[in-house]
Order: sequence, then C-alpha cells, then structure tokens
Amino acid sequence: MDNPKPKVAFYWCASCGGCEEAIVDLGQDILKVVEAVDIVYWPVALDFKKKDLEAMPDGSIAAAFINGGIRMSEQEEMAHLVRRKSQMVIAFGACAHLGGIPGLANFWDKSTIFRTVYHTTASTVNPEGTEPQRETTLDGHVLTLPEFWDSVLPLDAVIDVDYYLPGCAPNKDLILQAVTAILEGKLPAKGAVLAPNKSCCDDCARNKTKPEKILIQKVKRPHEVNLDPETCFLTQGVICMGPATRGGCGERCIEGNMPCRGCMGPTDQVHDQGAKFLSAFASLIDADDEGQVERVLGSIADPAGTFYRFSLPSSILKKKRMEAIR
Amino acid sequence: MSPENFEPRLVGFLCNWCSYTGADLAGTSRMAYAPNLRVIRVMCTGRVDPQFVLKAFQAGADGVLISGCHPGDCHYKEGNSKALRRHRLLSRVLGQFGIEPERFRLEWVSASEGQKFQQVCNDFTERLRKLGPLNLNGARGGSRG
Amino acid sequence: MANLTIDGKPVEVEDGATVLQAAKKAGSAIPTLCYHPLLEPYAACRVCVVEVELKGKRELLTSCNSQVQDGMKVWTGSERALEARRLNVEMLLARAPAAEPVQRLAQDLGLSRSRFPVKDPEEKCILCGLCVRACEQVVGASAISFIDRGTERKVSTPFGEESEACIGCAACAYFCPTGAITSEDKYGRRVIHDEMYLGPTTAIRIPIRQAVPMVPFIDTSACIHFKTGQCQLCAKACDREAVRYEMEDETREVEVGSIILASGFETFDPRRIPAYGYGRYPNVITAMEFERLVNASGPTGGKILMANGEEPQAVGIIHCVGSRDENYHPYCSRVCCMYSLKFAHLLREKTKATVYDFYIDLRCFGKGYEEFYHRLLKEGTRFIRGRVSEINALAMTEKEEGKLIIRVEDTLLGAVRRIPVDLAILAVGLEPSLDHNRLAKTFNISCSQDTFFLERHPKLAPVSSFSDGIFLAGTCQGPKDIPDTVAQAGAAASEALALADWGKVELEPITAVIDEKLCSGCQLCVGLCPFTAIAMDKDKGVAVINDALCKGCGTCVAACPSGASFQKHFRDNQILAEIEGLFYDEAEREVHP
Repeated sequence: MDNPKPKVAFYWCASCGGCEEAIVDLGQDILKVVEAVDIVYWPVALDFKKKDLEAMPDGSIAAAFINGGIRMSEQEEMAHLVRRKSQMVIAFGACAHLGGIPGLANFWDKSTIFRTVYHTTASTVNPEGTEPQRETTLDGHVLTLPEFWDSVLPLDAVIDVDYYLPGCAPNKDLILQAVTAILEGKLPAKGAVLAPNKSCCDDCARNKTKPEKILIQKVKRPHEVNLDPETCFLTQGVICMGPATRGGCGERCIEGNMPCRGCMGPTDQVHDQGAKFLSAFASLIDADDEGQVERVLGSIADPAGTFYRFSLPSSILKKKRMEAIR
Repeated sequence: MSPENFEPRLVGFLCNWCSYTGADLAGTSRMAYAPNLRVIRVMCTGRVDPQFVLKAFQAGADGVLISGCHPGDCHYKEGNSKALRRHRLLSRVLGQFGIEPERFRLEWVSASEGQKFQQVCNDFTERLRKLGPLNLNGARGGSRG
Repeated sequence: MANLTIDGKPVEVEDGATVLQAAKKAGSAIPTLCYHPLLEPYAACRVCVVEVELKGKRELLTSCNSQVQDGMKVWTGSERALEARRLNVEMLLARAPAAEPVQRLAQDLGLSRSRFPVKDPEEKCILCGLCVRACEQVVGASAISFIDRGTERKVSTPFGEESEACIGCAACAYFCPTGAITSEDKYGRRVIHDEMYLGPTTAIRIPIRQAVPMVPFIDTSACIHFKTGQCQLCAKACDREAVRYEMEDETREVEVGSIILASGFETFDPRRIPAYGYGRYPNVITAMEFERLVNASGPTGGKILMANGEEPQAVGIIHCVGSRDENYHPYCSRVCCMYSLKFAHLLREKTKATVYDFYIDLRCFGKGYEEFYHRLLKEGTRFIRGRVSEINALAMTEKEEGKLIIRVEDTLLGAVRRIPVDLAILAVGLEPSLDHNRLAKTFNISCSQDTFFLERHPKLAPVSSFSDGIFLAGTCQGPKDIPDTVAQAGAAASEALALADWGKVELEPITAVIDEKLCSGCQLCVGLCPFTAIAMDKDKGVAVINDALCKGCGTCVAACPSGASFQKHFRDNQILAEIEGLFYDEAEREVHP
C-alpha cells in the first residue's frame, strides 16, 4: 500500500463525553477527516481494546487526541500508554487543557468527596457505609478499581503534551483547522494552544456597547436579570469571563444570551486565568468607601468557583490547601 | 523547621513613593524590626497583580503584604484604590483556597511613617509565627493517594 | 431754551427744566423736603413754594414740579413766598414734631413752635412720598404706598402685612429724609464689627482697598437690578458708561506648558471653637478682622475701636487658634506669632490699652524677629504662657462687669488666671483655601498629612509637585510668611521658565505598553487610567497608551485580563523572577518551597 494514511487515536479520561460528541458534531466534515486519516483507537465509538493499543509499535500513531482530566490512576496509566504509542499528543478540550469542570473537585479531597457521594447526600441509602475499594474478591477472582486521587490534574501534569485544543468542547472550526494543520504539517511551535491569542472581546458583537468606563455597583447572577441580548454583560452587572478568556470559540454562549464562563482558558501571557479576571473585575468596582467595596464583593456568590470554573487544576495554587480541607 | 523556631517567610510588595520610602526611613532612623519581610518594589500598589500574590504563596511565602500610599494620597491618584479592591476580592478567594485572611495583608504606610513600617513588620511576623507555616500543597497540588 | 429771571438774575435753561433746577443754576437756593434729583417730583411738602410772575399774572407755585417758561420772573424769598413756606413748615412741624429736617427748616424760618395741635410727638414721617417713589421708580418693587386719606394717611404695605414684593433692599430707609423708616438687621443688631468687611457694604463695590485691579464688581445676589430689573443708578452715575449689567462670566481655554499653583490659604474659622465665643461676643474678633480695623482705609479709618465705638482699655491676643491643636490642626501655622506681635506693637502705638499675649511658644525665627520681640518686652506687652481655655462675659466681680474674661492657665506661674479685657483678638491659623480639594483632584496633586499640597521633596524639590510641569508656590504648599512666599514664588517661576526654555520634556521610561497583536480591544483598561493616557484606536480595535501621558503606575497592566500589556522595567516575568529569587536556596540551587 502506498502512502498509508496517518493513524489517529482518541482517548477520554475524566470526561463528560462532550469532546467525543464534538468530533461527531463535525457532521459531514467528519467524512473528510475519516477519508484522510485512519482512526486506530477510539473507545467510545470503535471497538478497539487496550491490548490492541499495547500491541501497536511505539510512535506509530501520528496524532492522539486525549480529552478529560486526570484524577484516577487508570487515567494516568492510559495517558502514558497513548503517549508512548504516539508521535504527537494533543490535549483536547478544557479538561485535558486546564483540568476543566471536574477540576472544581480540587476544593475537596477524596475522603470529603466519598463521604458526600456515598454517605451524606439525602438520597443515599447506605446503612453499611460501603465505599468503593481498590480490590475486592468475587468468586475467587480479584477485581480492582483504579486509585481515586485527592486532586484532578490537567493532562500535561502527567505526560508531555504537544498541542492544546481548548474549549468545552472545542468548536467545530477549531477542530477542523487543527486537523488540517496536522495533515498539512503546518503546525506552530510545540506547546502552542491551537486557537487565537486574543480574548473573546475581540470577536464579540457586544464589545462596542461598552461605555467608556464600566462601573460595577452590584453583581447580579444571570438568573437575576432580564438579560439584554445586545449589551455587554459586564455593563449589565453580570460576570462574563470573556475579557480573560481566549477567543476563537465562535461566541456561541454570547449569542445564546449567556455570559462567557471561561472554558477556552487564558491567553498565552497569563499564568492564572482566575487571578487575572479577578484583577480586572475588582478594578471596575465603583464604590466611595471600603464598606461599599465589601458590599459589592459580597454580591459575588462564589468567586473562586466562578473565576476558576474550568482552570482550577492549572492555576497557580491548583488546589485548596489540604490542611484546610480536613 | 520545627514549630519552636519557625521563622515566617514574608513577601512584601511596597509602592515606590510611599511605603518603600517609609521603609527606607525606618532604616535610616536605625529602627530595629523583624527581618522576615522580603521586599519587592513596584512603582504603585496598583501594579500588584494577584498572580504575583499567588506565586509568592506557591513559592513558599507564609504571608504576603501589600503596602502603599494612604487612600487619597496615591502618587498616581487611584492606584491604591484598585489595589484595595483586588486585595478584598483576592482575600475572599484565598479563603476559599483555605488560606487564612491573616496571611494576606494590605497596609497604608506613607513616606514619613518609618515607625509604622516597623510596627507592621513586627506585627505581621508575630502573628504569622503564631499561625504557623502555610504548608501549601506540593507541586502536584496534593497527594495522589 | 428758555430765558427767565430768578430773584432778578437772568438765567437760561433748557426747555422742560423745572423752576427749582433753574434756581439752582442761578445760584438761588430753595429749601426742599420731598424732592430728590433721582425721583420724579411730587410737591408733597410745599416747602419749595416761590412767587412767579408770568404774562402779568402773579401766583405761588411749587418750584420742584413747575416747568420754566420763557419770560418768567421768579422770587424765591418774597414776602408772600416766605409766608406760605412758613405756614407749610408750621403745619409739618405739628404733624411730625420729631422730624429733624423739619425742625431745622423751622429754625431757619424763625419758627420756634407750631400753634397747631400735635397728634403724636414722636412722629417723624412727613408724608413726603420719597420712600414710595423710590420703591416704585428706582427699585421697581412697589411694595409700599400711601394708604387711607386725610389725617389718617400713612405709608404702608398692602393691608399693613409683610409684603412679598419687598426685597429688603432698604432703599426706602435710604431715601427717607427724616429717619422715619429704619432698616433693622434680622438679629437685632448692626455693629461695627459685623461681616467680613466690618460693616454693611453696597452691592456694587471694590472688594478691598488693596484690590488689583482696583475696579468694582457687582454682587448679583444683593443687587436690586438683578432682582427687579430696575434701579440701575450706578450705571446712571457713571459718566464713563463703564457699568454693564449684561457682562457674563467667560470661560476661556488656554493651552500652557507649565502651571504654577498659588491658590493661597484660608484662615481657620474660630466658630469651630465655641469656647472662644467668636460670633457670640462682638468684641471677639479674628486677626484678619483686626487687620481691617487697623487699616487706614478701613471702616474706622485706622482707629482701634470696640463694637460700641469706644477705645479698648485692655486687649488680649490669643495665639494658636486652630493650630498646634490635636482637635483641629496639629501643625504650627508659622505666621501667627509674628503677626500677633505686630498687633501688640500697633496696639501700644495707637491706644493706651494694656496688651496681653497668650502664647504656647513664641516662634520668632526670621531676620529681625527676635529683636522685635525684645522691643515688645520693653514696650510692656504682657506675655502669658498658657493656652486660653475660654473667653466669656461672666463677670465675677464688679471690676469684671462688661468685660470679656479670658481664662487661662499661666504655666510659668502655675495658676489659672482670669484676665478681663475689652477686646480679644484670635490669632487664627492657616488652612488650605476653600477649593483646595477640587484643585488637588483637577491637577492630581498629592496632599501631605497637614492637608497642604505635597512638594516633590522637602529639601531637593520644594517648589515642584509630583507631576512634571506643575509647580507650587506660597501658602498652598504650607503656611509661610511673605518673605518665604516671595522666595518660593521666584523659584517656581524660574523652574517653570526653565522648563519652557529647555524646549524638551523628559518622559518616564517606566511607562506601560499595549501589544496590539495581543490586545482584544476589551476596553477594560481605558476607564482605569487616571491620567487618561489610554484611548481606543477604533480602526484597529485595540487600546493604545499615550507615552507622554503615561506616568508608569502599572495599574492597567495588572488589570489587563488577557495580559496584552506590560510595564517597562516592571514586567510580569521580571517580578515573578524576583519572587522566585526571594526563595532561591543557594545550597540546592533551586527554588525551595
């Protein structure tokens, strides 16, 4: 066979499945992709097993797209495996890129999470206090479960990542651009995020509705306001992470009259998306005295959760102080 | 470092015109104060990016101080009021990260307040000595197991 | 023109002139009571009657409202005229016995008393109508008029009730020749020391005797013309036609390269210290008021007088009013000791009063100042070292009756003393001028703890502010006396000129820069800059920093949510490197958390 098609793999870690759907959402364009590449591993869609992957020669996969965060031992193992077998690994989606929404679990640890999930929620009936164990024996066979860690990690905390496709989930155009770039060998320097390096305001239709000086006097949550479909959300007193979030996503949320939540992560120059947005937002508070500042800030329901919604594991602090959780 | 001789490591962001000059004054006046504060000079407290504060904690600081001109006296008019707002919001966020509000402090020290600088350094060091080391999580942000 | 003779003298006047005016021109004086050159003649008093012959007929006419005619012969003092005049004055004397002008006229005419019955021996109103005419013709308010008839006729407001039409200008009192109408100040007193200028003034006035330019201004809040549209007497009086009511405040924009702030000071308001009785006792005055009193062009011509017009026998000068006081201003106002000593000296020069100086320290720091103090010691000024706690008028002995009592602890004697004085002068301290805060915000000037403008460096840059091109001079930067102010002003002027002369301006190297490749145009930084150094480039959709306006604070850099801007020499990576450096472990050659 002349010029075999490049091999491509998809894997999912701590994931919701949305990134997998994003591939499917390519719609008719998926046919172009399928024509150009050979998908050799895709647990959610194709029936390949782990042993098939292990059997492949190292580096035989041209590009592997891994989505989801790393929070269990199995996910780290598989990430290493895929990495060995691939020339290029792309962290696909916000969870692999930044830790994603599952990353919010970093405000707790394993024991707190298990206590809630398996014991204290109102609808849980667990009189014996059963919790998942690493090992159990059934009919003489030893069954194991992966280790559940205290923290969620982004993909690049466990393996070497070549490129990042941001977004929750990455949008169709970005995916196609990335795949085309891979196929044509026209990728930027290693380590790049495959999306424009400007924040969402660059593309946002509401940007021009901002007044010369934005003054925040009270913060309102999206459900507390009759959101005007044309005015900038910040001007309406609603937190929109757009200014601190990389653009290129097509502003689907904005067009759906909801403020940006920051899923594309920060621009290249920013180390900590939550901190940068905090800095910008706090600077806009309109108050005559300290008491008023405190009152305005008091109207933000969950600052850490809001500002670090997708990026907590890749932030500077990464996780709540363990001493303070227990 | 055992608890008995725990020496807090403090980072201070001082604005050039007021606090840094005030700290200088404490020095030229030969005032003795705790040496635990490690100073970084910025032109204005408005320059202090919350990322710096987080980085300082992550690099090993047990406490971070931002000190600038008194409200209304900022050399650049309003930089210190922005610093105040960022401090207040960042304090809340740090609280959610389990970092006690006492560890992140905002003070106003003017160019003529050498004595106040001395008091702030001593007080901050003492409080943190009692509070103990921060013990932020390791590089991977918490144990695996 | 008309030709007539007055008392045999030929005189030529314009047509329409009155006999009274012609008589004045001819040099024959005719007495009047109800005439005023600014008002329409009324001929109410009948005192100006003269005998007139025209075309062979002789009759008595009131000269104030009779027009001249060609060929008239007038006798102002003929027997018939005098008899008529005497009778009219006799009747007026019976009507208003207390009216001084009537009494004087009666005396001139040889009348000692009136044979007619007197209704009210205190009556002063002669029903001349000057007040009514003034209110209508000059003021335009028409708040008063004659009411009732015959013997009941009097001047009043409608129904005798308080009139809304009255604007309180007191023109009626001004025009009243007998003092039947008086104006009363609302608080029942009008004293010599009232108000800033030590007395009521006119609506059009020159602010102070040393005003530059020496030109009057119209206080539109008091001017009748601005209330009723009439009067305009000042414009009529000015033969240069210099009074213009239509002048309006003009706002002009001037582009300059450097600015000197010399906004001066305000004196401390001693009403803030109720214990000193300022505003309660008319003889407690401020230093500024005393300066006015002692000034030769002041209300008393330079004589030092108390509120009742008498010379004081004892005067107390209280130092440090509002200064060196934790409750008001902790700073020393620098000039008060010396001006208080000056007052003490002037008091000794102009009066025989005993002078007491109540001080904390005597700050005589300048050239010849200490020597001046010694001179005062020789002159016999009594210096009492102590802070005055109270000034009151509660006499405890007969000697203290009618005096102001100054209670003070004499620290050198170690006793509390009561010093009775007639006049108390409060040496009020200096504060920044009234619009100081507005200026500070407009020009972005920092203020020091004492609230005056802050100089860039107390030793090395005493006339510069922290903003390039804006200089400070005079008391706006801190209390100082005239020699120091002049020196500082000269320094500020030369710095400003040097700046202009150099032709170049040095810019800050630590300015902020926005990378247009990274800027998304979110505009969040634009409103943050207090120096308006950031503007949007609408075409490129990015924010741009004006390097000449940027002062290098870095606030916008910290705020930029996408990290598109940086501050030269204070970049993120530089500061982060500093932080890492602070925790660098030499032994392990790494950042050791």
